[in-house]
Amino acid sequence: MANRAVQIGPAFWLSLTIAALILGSAAMLALRAESWALAPSDWAALRFTVWQASLSALISAALAIPTARALFRRRFPGRELLIRLLAAPFVLPVVVAVLGILSIFGRQGPLNAALVALGLPPLSIFGLHGVVLAHVFFNLPLATRMLLHGWQAIPSERFRLAQSLGLPASAQFLHVEWPMLRGQIPGILAVVFLICLTSFAVALTLGGGPKSSTLELAIYQALRFEFDLGRAALLATLQFVLCAAVTLASARLTLQQGFAAGLDRPLALRPPRGWRLAGDVLIIVLAAVFLLAPLLAVVVKGLPGLANLPNGLWEATLRSLVIALISAGVATAASLTLALAATRSRFMELAAMLPLAASSLVLGTGLFLALRPFVTPEAVALPVTILVNATLTLPFLVRLLLPEARQLQADYSRLTASLGLPPATVLRYVTLPRLARPLGYGAGLAAALSMGDLGVIALFAGDSGATLPLLVQRLMGAYRMTQAGAAALILVTLSFGLFWAFDRIGSRYADA
Amino acid sequence: MLTLEALILRQDDFQLTADWSVPPGERIALIGPSGAGKSTLLMAIAGFFPAAAGRILWQGDDLADTAPGDRPLTMLFQDQNLFPHLTLAQNLGLGLSPTLRLTAAQKTQIAQTLQQVGLAGMEARKPAQLSGGQQGRAALARALLRARPVLLLDEPFAALGPALKSEMLDLLDEVASATGAAVLMVTHDPADAKRFASKTVLVADGVARAPVPTDQLFSNPPQVLSDYLG
Repeated sequence: MANRAVQIGPAFWLSLTIAALILGSAAMLALRAESWALAPSDWAALRFTVWQASLSALISAALAIPTARALFRRRFPGRELLIRLLAAPFVLPVVVAVLGILSIFGRQGPLNAALVALGLPPLSIFGLHGVVLAHVFFNLPLATRMLLHGWQAIPSERFRLAQSLGLPASAQFLHVEWPMLRGQIPGILAVVFLICLTSFAVALTLGGGPKSSTLELAIYQALRFEFDLGRAALLATLQFVLCAAVTLASARLTLQQGFAAGLDRPLALRPPRGWRLAGDVLIIVLAAVFLLAPLLAVVVKGLPGLANLPNGLWEATLRSLVIALISAGVATAASLTLALAATRSRFMELAAMLPLAASSLVLGTGLFLALRPFVTPEAVALPVTILVNATLTLPFLVRLLLPEARQLQADYSRLTASLGLPPATVLRYVTLPRLARPLGYGAGLAAALSMGDLGVIALFAGDSGATLPLLVQRLMGAYRMTQAGAAALILVTLSFGLFWAFDRIGSRYADA
Repeated sequence: MLTLEALILRQDDFQLTADWSVPPGERIALIGPSGAGKSTLLMAIAGFFPAAAGRILWQGDDLADTAPGDRPLTMLFQDQNLFPHLTLAQNLGLGLSPTLRLTAAQKTQIAQTLQQVGLAGMEARKPAQLSGGQQGRAALARALLRARPVLLLDEPFAALGPALKSEMLDLLDEVASATGAAVLMVTHDPADAKRFASKTVLVADGVARAPVPTDQLFSNPPQVLSDYLG
């Protein structure tokens, strides 16, 4: 039994630290909120936050249904690649995507050029529809992957039965596909809604003024520009309560995220032809263009700028790499500790999910208020960013590791116990090799997310302490678009490169 | 000597009692209907299932607070006896040094043991590159290296064909003789018991009865055993 205590020890302290960090921040914020009266602009931010998140969730889910269905029932060259690319937005830095979206849908983009050529008025990308467009860009692929996973999980016998009974397409949908959708859609809506509730960088770059400010952005403005600590604390408390409530309400719905959606399997049904084929082709082409055009635009627009790189680029790159690597290391080690402990204790799993209720700016504001009496924000910008990034990626990593950790426990815990292996041996010769694949994948996710994160750093960084995403955002704000494009290209290359490298290391060490 | 002293195992509405000893070097088969608790009894002795009452004693000392790895026994499970990502040498090495820091002498010992069980020169292979019978041999080789005074086997050869199984029983016989270990082997095949075990424990109706000479048991089987044998 002494053995067990040794293994629970670090996980126990870790979970206490996470709880203290999240709940401590919330308590600190609630204490510092000087008045509980919301100003009209605060109400507007709350309304806008909920409204844009609802729209983003509904549109993403609605578009994901035909897209996932078309991908499920059609086979074409490049299908596998397209499905892999659906995972890309998850690790794509938000500012990079925004830059790509701006070049396609912005004032100078091909969409408005086409509208003008047709004699129609140009569309402005800033404001509600810009924010929702960017959110759909990020979450349509996520929703599609989750649904594709759902479709693939339908037993093929059921499709065969429907076909052998000669059910028409509508009846097949009703009896085979609808039950799956009914199970999956609420979870998807909840996941996308929650992601969009904490949107900061999108609102910062595409929100047009006070009318389209999210709570997250309002916190930043209150702290950074108005230096109204009481109001920032109030808004952050509001944000925390909102996220915590939605997380709790959707806890039953949250599904596995379809990270590893299977790619190929023989078709269980003969896909319909005629107008349904044309429809599927159209949907797949549109989805591919919607996803790829902004990415391509980043490359095309970024290349010319590489000849004339902005000042401070290499310092910002180095800073971002240090943040990404350290927070990936911390997050991976912490998630492994928690996932192993969570196979035995429900409490550990809960602690690991706690950060879902917090957001970058909520934690950032909490830490800002806590640390301000002792140090200047600039002095602690890097450690705070590392801490917040690692904490916020923790739930994703633990969810990734937990099923595999459970399997490991089921398969080998008795053998390791009966051989009397000490914890260090188990870690080195059993746990790490057996979990190398999800650990590598998770470390890659954490590194890429942290590399591209534009959240808490915006609160803490001084003029000279920018990270690469912050530099891109500042260049965009100064309308130096060529330089912003070049920096964005470097950023996205490094983000994907880090993800690829860690994932590769994981696969290499996983064998047998 | 391993002693089960008024031992009671309980889980939901399942219960099993046992009250007998295993003398050094004795070979005992455990036979009985499935669900009777044969495996559970081995798990309790190995330290994976707590006793509801009674004690498990080794040389008179209660084993209740002894971790599975510190008990004077080696256990062969139905499956998952080898780590699939480690080589045979590493899998065997874990029986000698839990940190896998092996001396030259220990490496030689591993090579000799592999030779003994008919796996000469296979140090660098991984379990997936072995047949089912070879995997069983490798697991027995580790038991040989650990040389603990009690060997527990939970139907580890159940998936093997008759010829392979009889080979494995011969090897088990060699391993047990070489280490002088007492053996407790769960089986559902009376032929295994007759071939290998001088005594047999009948596990049925919530009781693991004291070991009796195997031929005596089968020549005059109690009702519950003849029902099981059909």
